[in-house]
Amino acid sequence: MAWIAEIIFGLITLGSFFLFGKNLWAIRKNILLGKPTDFSGNTAERWKQVALLAFGQKKMFSNPLVAILHLFVYVGFIIINIELVEIIVDGLTGKHRAFAPLLGDCYAWLINSFEILAGLVLFAVIIFFIRRNFLAIKRLISKDLNGWPRSDANIILIIEVVLMGLFLTMNAADPSTHFILSAHLKPLFNGFNENQLATIEHTAWWLHILGIYAFMNYLPYSKHLHIILAFPNAYYASLEPKGKMHNMESVQNEVLYAMQPELAPAGAAAPDKFGAKDVMDLSWKNLMDAYSCTECGRCSAACPANLTGKLLSPRSIMMKTRDRLEEVGMQIQKDSNWKADGKSLLHDYISVEELRACTTCNACVEECPVSISPLDIIIELRRSLIMEESNAPSEWNGMFSNIENNFAPWKFSPDDRDAWTNQA
Amino acid sequence: MPGQIKPNIYYMKVATMAEFLAAGKEPEVLFWVGCAGSFDQRAQKITKAFATILEKAGIEYAILGKEEACTGDPARRAGNEFMFQMMAYQNIQVMNAYNIKKIVTTCPHCFNVLKNEYPALGGNYDVIHHTTFLQELIEQGKIQFTDSNEWKGKSIAYHDSCYLGRANDIYEAPRKVLESLDMELREMKRCKSKGLCCGAGGAQMFKEEEKGDKRINTERADEAIETKASMVASACPFCNTMMTDGIKNRNEEIKMDVLDIAEIVAQAIK
Repeated sequence: MAWIAEIIFGLITLGSFFLFGKNLWAIRKNILLGKPTDFSGNTAERWKQVALLAFGQKKMFSNPLVAILHLFVYVGFIIINIELVEIIVDGLTGKHRAFAPLLGDCYAWLINSFEILAGLVLFAVIIFFIRRNFLAIKRLISKDLNGWPRSDANIILIIEVVLMGLFLTMNAADPSTHFILSAHLKPLFNGFNENQLATIEHTAWWLHILGIYAFMNYLPYSKHLHIILAFPNAYYASLEPKGKMHNMESVQNEVLYAMQPELAPAGAAAPDKFGAKDVMDLSWKNLMDAYSCTECGRCSAACPANLTGKLLSPRSIMMKTRDRLEEVGMQIQKDSNWKADGKSLLHDYISVEELRACTTCNACVEECPVSISPLDIIIELRRSLIMEESNAPSEWNGMFSNIENNFAPWKFSPDDRDAWTNQA
Repeated sequence: MPGQIKPNIYYMKVATMAEFLAAGKEPEVLFWVGCAGSFDQRAQKITKAFATILEKAGIEYAILGKEEACTGDPARRAGNEFMFQMMAYQNIQVMNAYNIKKIVTTCPHCFNVLKNEYPALGGNYDVIHHTTFLQELIEQGKIQFTDSNEWKGKSIAYHDSCYLGRANDIYEAPRKVLESLDMELREMKRCKSKGLCCGAGGAQMFKEEEKGDKRINTERADEAIETKASMVASACPFCNTMMTDGIKNRNEEIKMDVLDIAEIVAQAIK
């Protein structure tokens, strides 16, 4: 009956990957609820962004200490997962360290480096846990994270500690090995006989792989999804100067046809909607941004409105966009098509006061380590407020009418525009 | 120089595009003054300082005069795309009719819209901000400073405008200008790509700030005061107003003047 374990392992592996794939597919579907946006061309420049921002973690390095700790976790995570190949082969074939005989001396070298990385990950994760929970770091104690987001962050850190611990325990309990870090743990198992050690190793092995599968399936529900989406998000990040706003061609044409009616095509329909009221009105890149957000709060820490106590927090703009998108996605999954639920991203999730506080200074965009633009979403919602609802503070209405009548945002006579030339 | 065009406009200090056209000439560059530079009393001083520099450097320039209109920037940032497109349409019609090729402006908001947002609407010009223009003129030797330039050795904190810095990656030109005057440049806690907004962008200039526990310009003024520099340099008329007010609120106005890069240069020019 030795093969029963292998079959169970095979089924769990299959099931885990299936579930993970299914959830990723659902996320992809949600992202594609957004409006199509053209990203063609500039492939070389885009790959450069992936190399610099995603692989190279360029933005993280504005705080070198945190960047290095994060690099340990990130490199550790990717490289230690190479070991996963052996674990899966072992699990499916019932072998023990299937790659050891194939790789010879290289094997010990490989596992040693995995163990060193595991040690660095443990070190970094414990410091992160302390930073997050015991040091009063403003962006980490912010009310943006109250409730689930704060637990999410801690769950990730705890899972990492447990997984690394199990990996080292598994190696330490294996009497046939002597690896660089786990060798120091061997004294812990001094009193155990061979069978007991085998059981400990086996248990740690199973818990480790089950933990990895569980973690993998936790990603779609977590801010940790950024380990996947940071890469496409860097690829699709804007290559334009940050100051350039997305042009609304529909409005451009409306104005053109009003001024030069001879250019208007026969039967041209007016655009049905201006700006974004709900997630489906945003571009799919805006929606991918929401799923890529790691809720680190660097954006909000740099936001002039947020740091002077205004309601606006770019991080929370992203989190609310994701929450709303999940809600819409769930409803579509349930009823197989979208039925208006009487709610929208604007108003029900993001308030007018938040939107009004933005100075469009691009500090949030500059800060984001995973190439998100909260500003893009803010602007699209502002467009809806003004053009769909005529919802503007009275001073802005005054400014609009001044521009319309006097060609300047203030109430001056256009005839005085060059009055300065006659002054001393 | 206007004098080379036609005797009847020789005595005019600033020629308009219409006057150049009437004389059958084209200026080297159009000086886009902007609404603040045209109407705001404080910003008018910056405009005049820059016009003086252009004249002294021998640059043949023109303004649009009464034909200039708001670029539409505050309307667009507030969310009013219709108004923006209306203004853009008008301005582009005017400028294309004059066959404008090169524009210099003292306002980073106008600069950003003219440079980045008008091309998609059919307005393609070589647009340059006055700080970059000044730096080039200094490098080319077209601007020279008096030997006893009054700024020498003075400490100054340069405030990055968001629409110049982060929006368009211009960090060095204004700093180089100050350094060429042998000023002692002091950086604020948040500077360059991390620079803190003065609070005016995104059409905030035209409304009351939202509820909070501090005004943004007070926060920024505190950072400027912290440098203990003797003055603050700005490169944007809106930043200038915000910084001046912010510092005034802290009762530091006697200690710290806020001057535009153009005003600083104009006072030291030969």
